[in-house]
Amino acid sequence: MADIENKEKKWFYSDVVKEHFMSPKNIAMEETDVEEISPNGMGEVGSPACGDVMKMWLKIEDDRIKACRWKTFGCASAIASTSMLSVMVTEKEGVKIEDALKIRPGDILERLHGLPTVKIHCSVLGDQALRAAINDYFRNSDQKERMVDLRKA
Amino acid sequence: MRVYMDNAATTRVDEEVLEVMLPFLGERYGNPSSMHAMGIDAKTVVGDAREKVAKLLGADEKEIIFTGSGTESDNLAIFGYCRKNKSKGNHIITTKVEHHAVLDSFERLKKEGFEVTLLDVDRDGLIDLEELKRAITDNTIFASIIYANNEIGTVQPIAEAAKICKEKGVVLHTDACQATNYLEMDVTKIGADLITINGSKIYGPKGIGVLYKKRDIMIEPIIYGGGQEFGIRSGTENVANIVGFAKALDMALNHRDEESIRVGKLRDKLISGLLNLPESRLNGTHEKRLPNNANISFLNLEGESLLLYMNELGIYASTGSACSSDSLEPSHVIIALGLPHELGHSSIRFSLGKDTTESDIDYVLKEVPPIVEKLRKMSPLHKTMEEAIAAGVDKDFKH
Repeated sequence: MADIENKEKKWFYSDVVKEHFMSPKNIAMEETDVEEISPNGMGEVGSPACGDVMKMWLKIEDDRIKACRWKTFGCASAIASTSMLSVMVTEKEGVKIEDALKIRPGDILERLHGLPTVKIHCSVLGDQALRAAINDYFRNSDQKERMVDLRKA
Repeated sequence: MRVYMDNAATTRVDEEVLEVMLPFLGERYGNPSSMHAMGIDAKTVVGDAREKVAKLLGADEKEIIFTGSGTESDNLAIFGYCRKNKSKGNHIITTKVEHHAVLDSFERLKKEGFEVTLLDVDRDGLIDLEELKRAITDNTIFASIIYANNEIGTVQPIAEAAKICKEKGVVLHTDACQATNYLEMDVTKIGADLITINGSKIYGPKGIGVLYKKRDIMIEPIIYGGGQEFGIRSGTENVANIVGFAKALDMALNHRDEESIRVGKLRDKLISGLLNLPESRLNGTHEKRLPNNANISFLNLEGESLLLYMNELGIYASTGSACSSDSLEPSHVIIALGLPHELGHSSIRFSLGKDTTESDIDYVLKEVPPIVEKLRKMSPLHKTMEEAIAAGVDKDFKH
């Protein structure tokens, strides 16, 4: 029986995915979680019919992402990959916008130690929300010429 | 703590079932087709099992075909009958809430030249018998209607459907895999010509199904070889599984009435407890429903996330049906109810069983509400159930 119980601990996803899913980083549970970063960019992508919606807020200073908050209606893969993305863009005193825009879904997957193949597309939504939030910041700060496509080429 | 509420996916093998199977996984390993003593021993027990199953179902021994699974029985009924009888007509009927073993077989027959009509269900998940009557034409030869749905547990009026089909000369198959533990299983009362049963849903082994085939119904095999099972299903008999199936069916039918009442009470407590949560909804009618099924949508959160948080607490359930858990599509059954996709993405199936206790229900009702609240706090959506349902099905929906 002990053996069965141990096997039950096995997970469909990697341990890193599980950690980010069970304890998502930078998630906005309450409105105050968003207010405390005084965001100057917000993006929302996806649709409930598709099974995932992602909303992200950024605080950008000196062209660096100083803070990130997000909410999601999504599966474990969407939650874990956005949590990881929020960590990646705010690392080391904040990542430069141009470097944040260079983060590929593959980079997130690598940090998550992979996702099941059918779930990989779920990890793209956080990335799109990030780009939408950065565009919103560009729009708000008179830098419309810097706006980017939501989907990467 | 372990609370297994996924009995519609599969049940455990009962100890008594396992016990009668073990000799045939050990020293009594003969092939029923062999002429020596070990073969005769195997042939005798397979015959005894067939007799027992036939008696339990109110059928004749020659009407019981052992197969490799519920899926295989569904396939054998559908392909076996339609291919054999295609000279009689090429129109066949099923419903939008079938198991994929039926739906995908019908899809395949379309490619072989059959015309398919899919019957709608209403918001409660039930077919309309008048629609069935209207769907039948002179060209209709076959219909397949699920007895009790695997995702939402709704029970179709199968005996009435059988009468209609009989009057119009249409052969009826029903998938009774989920129904066996709780509903009428006398074949004369069900009235269908072909009935599928699955061992792994009735506390028997996996890898065994039965197809009841009324004597005068002609079908062709989908598996060819040694001519076992009256030439309809070749392959050496899985003696241990056949013996286990007969025992499991015996136990299921003998305990059916009291178990239906016991499980039904627990199920009702679970449903009313979970519906106390705001913006939650029972999918499918409450009245005409398997006593072990509670399928609930929790709006504004995603079912897989809830499922995996429950998993951490030892609560094992399903989103949609377990078989489609690799799929990203929302449940076709929830969509068939005319509900929006987001309710399909938010549904959880709790399927109770004979091990379910009141303390299991209490545990779920204590642990699930905080998870629902947490996931809703994480969600950017704040729709009310009325808003979501009023928005209806997005007909232009695509990923």
